[in-house]
Amino acid sequence: MDFSFTKQQQMAQKMYREFAENEVKPLAKKVDAEEYFPIETVKKMAKLGMMGIYFPKKYGGAGGDVLSYVMAVEEMSKVCATTGVILSAHTSLCAAPIYENGTEEQKMKYLPKLLSGEWLGAFGLTEPGAGTDAQGQQTVAVDAGDHWVLNGSKIFITNAGYADVFIVIAITGQVPDKRGRMTKEISAFIVERTFPGFSVGKPEDKMGIRGSSTCELIFEDCIVPKENMLGAKGRGFQLAMSSLDGGRIGIASQALGIAEGALAETITYTKERKQFGKSIADFQNTQFELAEMKARIDAAKFLVYNAAETKQRAMNGEKIRYSVEAAEAKLIASRTASDVTRRCLQLFGGYGYTRDYPIERMMRDAKITEIYEGTSEVQMMVISGAILR
Amino acid sequence: MKAIVCVKQVPDTSGKVAYKPDGTLDRASMDVVTNPDDLNALEAALTLKDETGCEVVVISMGPDPAEGMLRELLARGADRAILVSGREFGGSDTFATSQILAAAVNRVGLGPDDIVFCGRQAIDGDTAQVGPQIAEKLHLPQVSYAAEIKKDGNKLTVKRMLEDGFMMLSVETPCLITCIKELNQPRYMNIKGIFECYDKRIERFDYEALKDDPLIETDTIGLKGSPTNVFKAFTPPLKGAGAMLNGDDAAAKLASILAEKHLI
Repeated sequence: MDFSFTKQQQMAQKMYREFAENEVKPLAKKVDAEEYFPIETVKKMAKLGMMGIYFPKKYGGAGGDVLSYVMAVEEMSKVCATTGVILSAHTSLCAAPIYENGTEEQKMKYLPKLLSGEWLGAFGLTEPGAGTDAQGQQTVAVDAGDHWVLNGSKIFITNAGYADVFIVIAITGQVPDKRGRMTKEISAFIVERTFPGFSVGKPEDKMGIRGSSTCELIFEDCIVPKENMLGAKGRGFQLAMSSLDGGRIGIASQALGIAEGALAETITYTKERKQFGKSIADFQNTQFELAEMKARIDAAKFLVYNAAETKQRAMNGEKIRYSVEAAEAKLIASRTASDVTRRCLQLFGGYGYTRDYPIERMMRDAKITEIYEGTSEVQMMVISGAILR
Repeated sequence: MKAIVCVKQVPDTSGKVAYKPDGTLDRASMDVVTNPDDLNALEAALTLKDETGCEVVVISMGPDPAEGMLRELLARGADRAILVSGREFGGSDTFATSQILAAAVNRVGLGPDDIVFCGRQAIDGDTAQVGPQIAEKLHLPQVSYAAEIKKDGNKLTVKRMLEDGFMMLSVETPCLITCIKELNQPRYMNIKGIFECYDKRIERFDYEALKDDPLIETDTIGLKGSPTNVFKAFTPPLKGAGAMLNGDDAAAKLASILAEKHLI
C-alpha cells in the first residue's frame, strides 16, 4: 500500500491551503453567524476548476483524481465546514450520479455546466417520513406520456437554495419482489430548478453548518421531461445508495478537516495561553490530549484516503465496490470530529465557549457529520451487513 | 506576441534562515518559494494572455529543484517554462545573472510586440538590479516599479511608483517592466493546470545552448563574471516591538515618553 501523494496531489494540496487561508477562512465567522451562503467562494472555486476535480476533461472536468477532490473538501473544512459541504454535495451527490449513471446525452447536457461550476448541484432523497428508512418514500412520479409528473416533498436538502440541478428520487410504480409481494418501484430523475411545479422551501435554522443552504424541495405537478430519468426505471434506490457511498467519502473528508482545523487552532492557543506562570501546552494533560487527538485524526485520515483510493480504483474500471470503505471512513472520521472538537473546546476553557474563538463553531459543525448522508448507525449497518453476510 | 517572465526561486523568509560556514545562504536547507514580486510579474503576463491570447513564457535561472517552481507556474497558466541551469552559471551575481537571462531571452526570441516582465526585486538579495540590467543588455526601454499597466496596441501606459509619488510613463514594445505587489493579485494554481503541468516539458538552457550569444563569455558569467562577492550574511538583531499610542491624549503620551528618554 502506497501512502505517498503524487506530485500533482501535493501541488493541489498547496493550492487548496492557500485558497482556504486567504479566501475561505476570513468568511467563516460571517457564514456561521449570519447563516451566509458563501456564493462568491463558490464562484472562485469554480474558476479554479474545483467544482469538477475528478471528472474527465471531455465533460468539462479538471481531469484530476478522487483523492485530490477529497483533499479539497478536507482543506476547506479545516477552516469552514459549510464551504466543505457545498463542494461535497455538489460533486458527490449530483455531478457523480450523472457521470456514473447518465446517458451520453444527459452527461453532455449537464456535466459541462456542473463541472465548470456555472451550475450548482444537489440531491434529494430524504423525506419527512423517510430518513434512515429511505425506502419509505412518498414522492411519486407518474408517467404522463411524453413527460413525468412529480408530486411530494424532500427535506433537509443541502445546497437547495442555490442549486440549479437536483437528483431526485421518486416512486414510479409497484413491482412484485422475489416473493411476489408488491413493493415500491423507485427511480431517479434529473430536475432543473426552472421546471414548472418545482419550488424550494425556506431554509432550516440549524445548530451547525449554518451557512449551508438546507431547504425543503416541493413538487406540485412538477413536469419532468421523459429523457430526464437518470439510470434505468426501478433502479433509483440502488442509484441513491451508490451515490451515498461516494457522498460519505466527501462527508468523511469534511469531518476529517473539521477535526484537523480544531486541533491546529488548539495547538496555537495552548502555546499562547498562560496559567500558573507557563503556557498550558507545558502541562502534561494538554500534551497527552493533543497527542491522542493527533493519533486519532491520523487514523481517520488513513481510512478516508483509503476510501478515496478505493473509489478511484472502481472509477479506473476495477470491478470493486467501496461501500464498506466509505462507511468505515465516515463512521470513524465523524466520531473523531465530534470527539476532537469537544476535547479542543475543553482545552480552550471559558474562551472556547465564546464566539470570539472558532472552536465552538467547529464543535457545532462536527455533529452533523454523524447524522447526514447516513447516520453513524447506518454506517454500522453497512459494515456489519458486509461482515455477517 | 509573447510575454516573457523572469522568475526566481528564493528561500522562504517566513521559515528558518540558515548559513553556510563561508557566510553565504545555505539555500539547500531552507524552504523555497517563488519570489513574491515575480508572481506579480507572472500575473501581469497572464492578464495580458487573458486579454490578447499571447503566449506566456517563464524563465528561471537556478539549480534543478527550481523545476518544481516552474511547474507550479505552468499550473497557474504559463504556456512554456525554461530552466537556465549549468555549472558554468554558478556563483553569478546580479551582473552575471542578467547577462545570462538576457541571453536566454535572446534565445527565446524577442518580437516587436513582446514584453519582458520581472518582479521588482528578489526577497533574498533585495537588489532590484537584475530586471533593469536585462533591459540594458537587450537594449530595451524599461519601466521599473510598475503599479498599473494599460495596453493600447504597441503602446503601454505605466504608472511607476516612487517613494513620494508616481510617474505616468508611455513605452512601446518590445520593452521590459518590473512589477510591484500593488500591480495585481496573483491568481492561484488551477486544478486543470496542476494535472496538466506534468505532461509539459520543462525546456533547459545550459551553457551549450547559450554559449554562442555575444553576451556569454567566460568572464561575463558565473563567479568569474561577478564583480560583487558576498562578504558575510547574517540575521540582523530584531528591533524592539513598537508601542501603539491611541486616544485623544496620544500626543501628550508621546511627548512624555520622549521627554523621559531625554530625546526632547
